Amino acid sequence: MNDPNARVSVESIPEEKPFLDASELVINMGPQHPATHGVLRVILKLDGEKVLGLECVIGYLHRGVEKIAENRTYTMFNPYVDRMDYVAAVSNGLGYCEAVEKLLNTEAPPRAKYIRVILTELNRLASHQLWLGTHALDIGAMTPLFYTFRDREEILKIFEKYCGARLTTHAFRIGGCQYETYDGFEQDVRNFLNFFTPKIDEYEELLTANRIWVRRTKNVGVISGKDCIALGVTGPVLRASGVKWDLRKAQPYAAYKEFDFDIPVGENGDTYDRYLVRMAEMRQSMRIIRQAVDGLPDGPVMAKIPKVLKPPVGEIYHSIEAPKGELGYFIVSDGSTQPYRIRVRPPSFVNLQALEVMCRGALVADVIAVIGTLDIVLGEVDR
Amino acid sequence: MAEDPKPPDAPKPAPDAEAKAAAPPAKPATPAKPAGPVPVAWDSPLTARLKEQFGSGVEPLTYLEQNYLQVDRASVSPILQILRDQDQFDYCVDITAVHYPNRERPFDVLWILYSFPHNQRLRVKAQFADGESVPTAVNLWTTANWLEREVFDMFGIRFEGHPDLKRILLPDGWKGHPLRKDYGILQQDQEWVQINLGIESGQ
Repeated sequence: MNDPNARVSVESIPEEKPFLDASELVINMGPQHPATHGVLRVILKLDGEKVLGLECVIGYLHRGVEKIAENRTYTMFNPYVDRMDYVAAVSNGLGYCEAVEKLLNTEAPPRAKYIRVILTELNRLASHQLWLGTHALDIGAMTPLFYTFRDREEILKIFEKYCGARLTTHAFRIGGCQYETYDGFEQDVRNFLNFFTPKIDEYEELLTANRIWVRRTKNVGVISGKDCIALGVTGPVLRASGVKWDLRKAQPYAAYKEFDFDIPVGENGDTYDRYLVRMAEMRQSMRIIRQAVDGLPDGPVMAKIPKVLKPPVGEIYHSIEAPKGELGYFIVSDGSTQPYRIRVRPPSFVNLQALEVMCRGALVADVIAVIGTLDIVLGEVDR
Repeated sequence: MAEDPKPPDAPKPAPDAEAKAAAPPAKPATPAKPAGPVPVAWDSPLTARLKEQFGSGVEPLTYLEQNYLQVDRASVSPILQILRDQDQFDYCVDITAVHYPNRERPFDVLWILYSFPHNQRLRVKAQFADGESVPTAVNLWTTANWLEREVFDMFGIRFEGHPDLKRILLPDGWKGHPLRKDYGILQQDQEWVQINLGIESGQ
């Protein structure tokens, strides 16, 4: 609009707006960013490298799972839950099936409960492996990713042989399991346990005493147990902050009451402790699987339930310890074949809220580490 | 095995089920079952204390071994405060709502609480009218922040005193609250879709 040749006098440049401002800077991370593990957008407010605050923008993967549930029968909704936390589909299915069974006032037979425990714990291992691989990759260690994906394959093979699917398994049915185990299932699981025991040591050799790893994770993203409880954070994140709480022990479901296992806890609530807790949890999961395979009872795998499910009028809340934390289902029945309302209490969604607290005052690079250590799955955050 | 024999018919069960119940003599056995358990009164030192303080404003019940308090909407705030401070319900698991469009006060708002020291769960349930504000729980449990935002996003229930009440899963400019019963399963904010995504329809 002005004459381009006109010279700008020095006086006309406003002094309070220097070209390079050293104060706050707002930058946008994601939603398309490899370290956000999906489509998470984080708006960061920075002072140089230091994070002054941040805001999560979520919902990019919102599919309206809860609305879909109201328009499906109880049985038809079962596969949908697999697609929330898609790296731990078996856990989602377990929580949902148990919640509906509770509403129907029935229980799965003992053999089905054992099969459920074996598959759920295998899935916990798979979920933790994926977490470890991607988390380490984010921080700069590439090798663990290849190791964990190589070994995770063995778990997925068992899933595939059992139910035909690798990721969205739909392994359980309301009332038990649809399939009896295949011939050689027990042997496959035992072989896997023998194969995997030295592999965890291998992972730990790569990372636990690795100086770069320790420097990148110790005292990063610290959160106290008190803050965790106030923020509703559950799962390994809560336990790494020193709160010894695991739903498998606190309010046992499936067959967990019958197994002997420990709850690993951390002390400092930092990224390194969360790493140690999850590694220890993997060993405990193996203990549980071994006991369950050895004690696998005979009998039917499906309870006697009507072909058309019409739970009595009422509401129920049931939750399980998913690999990420407390996964709850609140179901309201109006006595018809379709749920009146299903609310999913997603651990990833609630845990993600702690990101702000954990990152305040940290460096930008630590935000990446903290997103990794929270182990969120955006499919579950957004539902 | 437990699959619905006729999945295509299942989404519209009401007329179908009635017809079945009337026609064959074998069927009435199934509808008889759903009568099932009913909520019964729940007695404990906690409920006695609350009853004494709030009288008919609180009704403690148990359903399938799960305890809940049916609370008058005016006493929600003090009861949540008491539960957290005196009864050590230090963990707010979830806040959610259920829509009953034909009721005088169509929304059930629920607080699912857990106590670490007592390993106990409890639900607090209150009815609210459309457009009525619900007292926020952010000052009691920080986790309520996002949970209340989601309830606002999905149901349009406003929380009084919430520090930053805005949509969380849906985009800011979206019209409508999808988990209300009058919001159809295929319904979308077409205007938003056309403006922001540049496509004719999101279907």
